[in-house]
Amino acid sequence: MGQRVLLIEDEPNIIEAIRFILSRDGWTVETHADGATAVAAVERKRPDVIILDVMLPNKSGFEILRELRDMADHATRPVLMLTARGQKKDRDMAEAAGVSHFMTKPFSNTEMLEVVRRLAAEAPENPMDTSHG
Amino acid sequence: MLRFNILVFACLSYATLLFIVAFWAEKRAEAGRLGWLRSPWVYTLSLSVYCTAWTFYGAVGYAVRSGLEFVTIYLGPSLMMIGCWWILRKLVRIGRVQRITSVADLISSRYGKSTTLGVLVTLLAVIGTTPYIALQLQSVALSFAVFGANDPTGAVLPDLDKTALWVATGLALFTTLFGTRNLDANERHHGVVTAIALEAIVKFMALVAVGIFVVWGLSDGVGDLMARIDASPVSQHPIMGTRWIALTMLSAAALITLPRMFQVLVVENSDENHVFTAGWAFPLYLFGMSLFVIPIAVVGLEVLPQGSNPDMFVLTLPLHFDHRILATLSFLGGFSSATSMVIVAAIALSTMVSNHIVMPIWLSSSAGGAMVSGDVRRVVLYARRLSIFGVLALGYLYFHFSGGSEALASIGMISFTGVAQVLPAMLGGIFWRGATRVGAIAGVVTGFVVWAYSMFLPSFGAASGFTPELLANGPFGLTLLRPQALFGVDGVDPVVHAICWSIALNTVVFVLGSLMSFPRPVERLQGAQFVNVFEHSGSTRGWSHGFAEAEDLLVMAQRILGPAEAQNLFQSEAEAQGKEGYLPDTTPAFIERLEREMAGSVGAATAHAMLGQIAGGVLVSVEDLMAVADETAQIMEYSSQLELKSDELARTARQLREANEKLTALSIQKDAFLSQISHELRTPMTSIRAFSEILREAGQSGDMDAESLERFSTIIHDEARRLTRLLDDLLDLSVLENGQVSLNWARANLHDVIDRALHASSEAGGGVRLLIRRNELSEHIAIETDPDRLAQVFINLIANVRKYCDAPRPELTIHVRRKGDDRLQIDFIDNGSGIPKDKQAVIFEKFSRLTDHAKAGGAGLGLAICREIMTNLGGTIAYLPGQGGAAFRLEVPRVRARD
Repeated sequence: MGQRVLLIEDEPNIIEAIRFILSRDGWTVETHADGATAVAAVERKRPDVIILDVMLPNKSGFEILRELRDMADHATRPVLMLTARGQKKDRDMAEAAGVSHFMTKPFSNTEMLEVVRRLAAEAPENPMDTSHG
Repeated sequence: MLRFNILVFACLSYATLLFIVAFWAEKRAEAGRLGWLRSPWVYTLSLSVYCTAWTFYGAVGYAVRSGLEFVTIYLGPSLMMIGCWWILRKLVRIGRVQRITSVADLISSRYGKSTTLGVLVTLLAVIGTTPYIALQLQSVALSFAVFGANDPTGAVLPDLDKTALWVATGLALFTTLFGTRNLDANERHHGVVTAIALEAIVKFMALVAVGIFVVWGLSDGVGDLMARIDASPVSQHPIMGTRWIALTMLSAAALITLPRMFQVLVVENSDENHVFTAGWAFPLYLFGMSLFVIPIAVVGLEVLPQGSNPDMFVLTLPLHFDHRILATLSFLGGFSSATSMVIVAAIALSTMVSNHIVMPIWLSSSAGGAMVSGDVRRVVLYARRLSIFGVLALGYLYFHFSGGSEALASIGMISFTGVAQVLPAMLGGIFWRGATRVGAIAGVVTGFVVWAYSMFLPSFGAASGFTPELLANGPFGLTLLRPQALFGVDGVDPVVHAICWSIALNTVVFVLGSLMSFPRPVERLQGAQFVNVFEHSGSTRGWSHGFAEAEDLLVMAQRILGPAEAQNLFQSEAEAQGKEGYLPDTTPAFIERLEREMAGSVGAATAHAMLGQIAGGVLVSVEDLMAVADETAQIMEYSSQLELKSDELARTARQLREANEKLTALSIQKDAFLSQISHELRTPMTSIRAFSEILREAGQSGDMDAESLERFSTIIHDEARRLTRLLDDLLDLSVLENGQVSLNWARANLHDVIDRALHASSEAGGGVRLLIRRNELSEHIAIETDPDRLAQVFINLIANVRKYCDAPRPELTIHVRRKGDDRLQIDFIDNGSGIPKDKQAVIFEKFSRLTDHAKAGGAGLGLAICREIMTNLGGTIAYLPGQGGAAFRLEVPRVRARD
């Protein structure tokens, strides 16, 4: 597969777990821990799938998602959102912001893997990204 | 004696006739067939109670003694009827509107329902009328005697006294029977009035018959008679101007002030317009009664033997010529005059006595208990009957003890003058709003005293202490106080003297007293109602059950109940009565129903007063007004209570709103808190789950290196401990926040507590070296606290320094200082970069972690727990800005606060 995932998350143990699960399946996992610079990181790395935590230092995952969706390059980029606040209103906010998939922590490893695979497969081919593919 | 028996028979027959007539009239009235019972002629004839035996017999005697002067007795009332009909009409109107029962009632209720005045006027009336009743008894007894003995000298027979007693008893029975049938003084005594009207006809016919007998039987017609009059000593009497004027005015006053005249004129009046008929008919009647007085006197003097009693000429003339039938008629005429006066006077006086003397005493003595039970009616009836017997007994006793030989006319004059003392208070009361109770009482008392002193008591002669010496020289030689020449006014006729002085002083005192006193509110109200009676009451509307009235009621009801409801009410009533449309008959039942309906809207008293005005033509009474005022006061009270209530409600609403806002805020906080907890719990769970799944798979496939296995297991272990710590903190915080924490108060050395904390945190902190600066000497202070909890706070602060102090060589300075006598100040200051200003306010809130999770290693509850512990220990914790690094200042009491 050889596709790239950008994991925006600040909890080290969770980063390690997801990195282990995805890299074992052949994904390239890059991480970013700060909310304020997350959008810039996406711009720079142009990942095939973004895994986005909600509770980030300095900027919430919802804000980051809304900003991405407002940008032409990232309007359809697959974003899997993770949150530890498993309330319905969080899911609603995520969907309103244009999330591709929403998962609550703790998650099942298998499910996480499947969702990332599906999102990558469904994603429309982005001409700018093909150079990396 | 045979003639006497015939006389007794005639007398009894006549009495029986009166009973039958009275009874029949009562029955007719009860059946509602009033018809001519209400005619102005019956009213006019009933006024003839003015003509008593004094007029019937006494006028002739008066003429013999004083010539034409007797005419004044007829002239006064005639002038009053013709010239002062407006006074009579006003009295009649007030009587009807105010439901007046007697002279005493009129005066008393005009001056604010004054009990004093009621008693005073009643006493005056009884004293003034008793001799007069005695006079009637005497004249009847005398006429019996004269008739029986046929002795023109009117010699006293041995049974004269007994006759008077019998007559008095009979009259008492008659009066009781027909005078107290109805309780309500407003109900007319139709039986009595009809009987009196009949008696008026009888006495008129009798006198005219005797007159005709004298003119055409004993003389040769008018011409001859005129000549005889000219020759007679009767015409020789000089006419005294002052006496004429005084007597005429006195008689005029008597027409309205005599209790019996007030009774027939005002109380028994059923229609105001009757006054106009009586205005000309009654003077005519009086003219007829006086026409033959002079002829009878002149002829009597000529024909009858010397020494004959001129007061009996009317009877003795026919007797002398043996005209039995004429004599019997004459006797019945005299009998009628006497009895009608006694009956009406007894009714009038008994009403006054029972209403103003007996009832007040009875009510106050029985402590009002009987007021509630229904037997007041019976009590009133008995009081009135008892009063009738009492009044007649008084009259009889007066007759018995006075000997009854005085000239009839003088008693009449004295009586007239006595009762005339109410005149100023009466006229002042109905024409002058400024008249007051004080003035009325003072005036009546003054007039009464002057009358008694100058006229009434001297009439008893020496027996009453008014000896000729006293009359001549005054009491104690004070000539100014000579009874018949007061203040040096000498040479005036005693009667004129007494009339003028009593009335004049009475009036002056009344006016001065009124001017110098202030009326009470009730007096003011009553005064206005009396003086302005024509403005307050409808023109001549009585209790007529007509359409106009139902219409008035509907108009009023619409205003109060609203058009729809009022029309429904009226229509349903009309339907129930079998009528069409909106105007039912105003039956008492309907009025009551309407009153109930209206009472629901405007209160009972107001409803009653309003309906009373329209339905009854009755004025609003003072009690009604007071009740209305009471209701208004209650409503005002109620509305002020409502105002209070609404203030209270507004306050409650505000409190509720504030509570609601607080709850909403709390709810938001709670949601945020739960959301935070969820996050804090789920984060370690996520790692645990993820790595445990990884480990499980590795266990199945067996392709994981030992290093990874250990590493992942350690992560799971750490996260599990983190979870436990978090749960511990949450529980701790919850207990501290609810104040349910049990503190172990103990005495400790602060130095030891700090040592313990440093030791514990250095164990937990591990590798990072932290330099502690402290002045251990200053720390040896005894403190009463929970040492473990205080140490927990210290550990937390030290751990925070270890976690967050970003200096290359972290240092912590602990500084202890006494503050006042009973508090300690402990500062923890590190040498890091401190806490940014904008975060300083939130660091003590739950989950307010400033840096990222990994570094903190806690849930962000530490400082929140510290704050709760300090509060529980009675101290404080605060961030201390401006110290270079992060600085916290603790304050604790040295001794536990006892509450």
